[in-house]
Amino acid sequence: MSQGTYYVPEQSRWPILASIALFLMAFGAANLMNSLGQESGSGLYFLLSGTALMLMIMFGWFRHVVIESMKGLYSAQMDRSFRWGMSWFIFSEVMFFAAFFGALFYIRVFAVPWLGGEGDKGVSQMLWEGFTPAWPLLSNPDSALFPPPSNIIDPWHLPLLNTVILIASSFTLTLAHHALKRDQRKPLILWHLLTVILGLIFLALQAAEYVEAYEELGLTLQSGIYGSTFFILTGFHGAHVTLGTVMLIIIWLRVLKGHFSPQQHFGYEAVAWYWHFVDVVWIGLFLFVYVF
Amino acid sequence: MATLSSTDSIAPHHGPARGLSRWLFTTNHKDIGTLYLWFSFLMLLTGGCMALMIRAELFQPGLQLIEPNFFNQMTTMHGLIMVFGAVMPAFVGLANWMLPIMIGAPDMALPRMNNWSFWILPFAFSMLLSTLFMEGGGPNFGWTFYAPLSTTYAPPSVTFFIFAIHMMGISSIMGAINIIATILNLRAPGMTMMKLPLFVWTWLITAFLLIAVMPVLAGVVTMMLMDIHFGTSFFNAAGGGDPVLFQHIFWFFGHPEVYIMILPAFGIISEILPTFARKPLFGYASMVYATASIALLSFIVWVHHMFTVGLPLAGELFFMYATMLIAVPTGVKVFNWVATMFHGSMTFETPMLFAIAFVVLFTIGGFSGLMLAIAPADFQYHDTYFVVAHFHYVLVPGAVFAIIAGVYYWLPKWTGHYYDEKLGKLHFWCSFIGVNLTFFPMHFIGLAGMPRRIPDYALQFADFNMIASIGAFIFGFSQLIFLTVVIKTIRGGLQAPPAVWDEPKGLEWTIPSPAPYHTFSTPPEIK
Repeated sequence: MSQGTYYVPEQSRWPILASIALFLMAFGAANLMNSLGQESGSGLYFLLSGTALMLMIMFGWFRHVVIESMKGLYSAQMDRSFRWGMSWFIFSEVMFFAAFFGALFYIRVFAVPWLGGEGDKGVSQMLWEGFTPAWPLLSNPDSALFPPPSNIIDPWHLPLLNTVILIASSFTLTLAHHALKRDQRKPLILWHLLTVILGLIFLALQAAEYVEAYEELGLTLQSGIYGSTFFILTGFHGAHVTLGTVMLIIIWLRVLKGHFSPQQHFGYEAVAWYWHFVDVVWIGLFLFVYVF
Repeated sequence: MATLSSTDSIAPHHGPARGLSRWLFTTNHKDIGTLYLWFSFLMLLTGGCMALMIRAELFQPGLQLIEPNFFNQMTTMHGLIMVFGAVMPAFVGLANWMLPIMIGAPDMALPRMNNWSFWILPFAFSMLLSTLFMEGGGPNFGWTFYAPLSTTYAPPSVTFFIFAIHMMGISSIMGAINIIATILNLRAPGMTMMKLPLFVWTWLITAFLLIAVMPVLAGVVTMMLMDIHFGTSFFNAAGGGDPVLFQHIFWFFGHPEVYIMILPAFGIISEILPTFARKPLFGYASMVYATASIALLSFIVWVHHMFTVGLPLAGELFFMYATMLIAVPTGVKVFNWVATMFHGSMTFETPMLFAIAFVVLFTIGGFSGLMLAIAPADFQYHDTYFVVAHFHYVLVPGAVFAIIAGVYYWLPKWTGHYYDEKLGKLHFWCSFIGVNLTFFPMHFIGLAGMPRRIPDYALQFADFNMIASIGAFIFGFSQLIFLTVVIKTIRGGLQAPPAVWDEPKGLEWTIPSPAPYHTFSTPPEIK
């Protein structure tokens, strides 16, 4: 390992401020949810002020890091620390999605068939006699409490298109990255811009799909376990694509400012890793939520 | 904020800042370790008071002191606070203090994030504790918060509980990422993986477990939140979901979580025993492999927490055998500890007393775990005080004793003073007697059928409950001796040399006591 003296940063005010912001956000969100459907409640103000503070902190904290990086304060060792940090963060995200995929598989393989009387026990079917298990679940055990969807999203229209778009965006991002490594500014800017546009199109189509689900198919959060798993998986994926797109835009602005060199551009790579991760999750979604 | 200067980022030799800003803005691993440890102690006392309220109510049969609903809130909060507030932060605190020193690093890999990991915790626990004062009371569904108790039938404060869990999760994940990055990237030249002290190894594996399962916990509380507020039916069979799904996801997190709370303890014990037996650790490599095996197995045993929930026979059998398999690497560890002490020139300073008590009492907890792992027998033991006895034996004289042992072991390094050995030994014996008085009788009343989490009980359990309550108060109040020892040691005492003990091994004993504010500005030489 190559290293001279170690790098130790100064004291920093960002973390404690970020803790306060996080607290305001969490406290506000909890308050807001507990007063859903009621008039009163100050939760929204806590949530908004916390979010605003958090955005300011993120801007300031990242700005601080960018400036330190541009000054050349970061050694090769610091660079490796950032790489490990980002890799393990993505692993934690993988496990977050694994929880929801695990729930989906458990529901499909065990819970729904058991509700219909399959398996060793066969008693749970006494709760809702006449319930027939199927996937997609178009009739719930208690259809009065959870009105089922009339149909599901056809995988071979919007979802297929979205699959092509997202995979294409991974390719365009890779082309941009290669251009960065070869120090070709113009293709870098263009390929990267194209990636951002593909990301935005994906999000727009996803929004259109949600509107279709809610307005035409009756596929909602309240429509039983199919809707629950569908929206939690696609919803969290969509949230991650949104975050990824914002990161891509920021990193594009940094490209325009000339922050990255062919040798040193970990900020760029980290965002690219994140984007590829989001892409891979989508392939899992397309296969197990939409197609099969 | 605008005044934050970015020019003077390299200043490796500055000392601690003055006043409160030292603690609020610090990026120093020793400061952050200290914060973690004090926070953990505060939480230990908080969760301990709740435990004493439980034991006071159970001192005699009948309802005398507190309402049943408040009793439920006490069992719930006691568990949550001890797991997430006392044990986990204590280990992170020890890791912060010792890991960089042990591997020859200047600090943690990501020092600012380190500060954030800590400072989330006071806010998260303030929010969690505030639920006790909310309308409908705090969480009352047990620390495992099974649906539908925690969804359909929960008090409104459950929303705050969910967000508090999210905050603790964020803190833990960031802490674990930092620890992994530090160990993998900041080792001094020559500090190869198989030269790492075992405390470092166990923490590396623990950090991996944390990153793997804390997001799963976040996932399950998110599903709860959706069920409660947005009409989903993950845990509601009327919509095609399944309350058992909650248990599966929770315990997929929960079982690795119990190893998160014990693997660093194994590491501490593996540091202390060789020092006071004056022999190198027996079977270093096998210790490393055993730790890794325990961690990997922890992902395929979770269903043993839910044997009685109604599962296919194949599932019961698989998870029964997989669980028993864990006894093998754990047995390797206990064997190695005993072999380390065998024919050693042992002395019995306070850390060693706690470490030996750990080996014996943790093994008792391990054996009762093996009993619980037998699926047919578990139908009898499930949800009785036998389970309570089991996990308290592995967590109190297990994890907590190891933490206390670690604090005594490294306290002279941190403060530069020896602690008062007489008071330390008094603390040990009071704790040892208290802990066994509290938890040993629980085996008997559990086997006889006393259910857990109930504020009243049948008359035949009265004597053992009274003994357990007396033991709990002895154990609880003897921790004030610990507080006294620590404060006395910080304020003064016999000056400790760099190698605090009799020729201990490890980099931490090559630097002065107290350890300088910045340990290594250039990497040390590792032979």
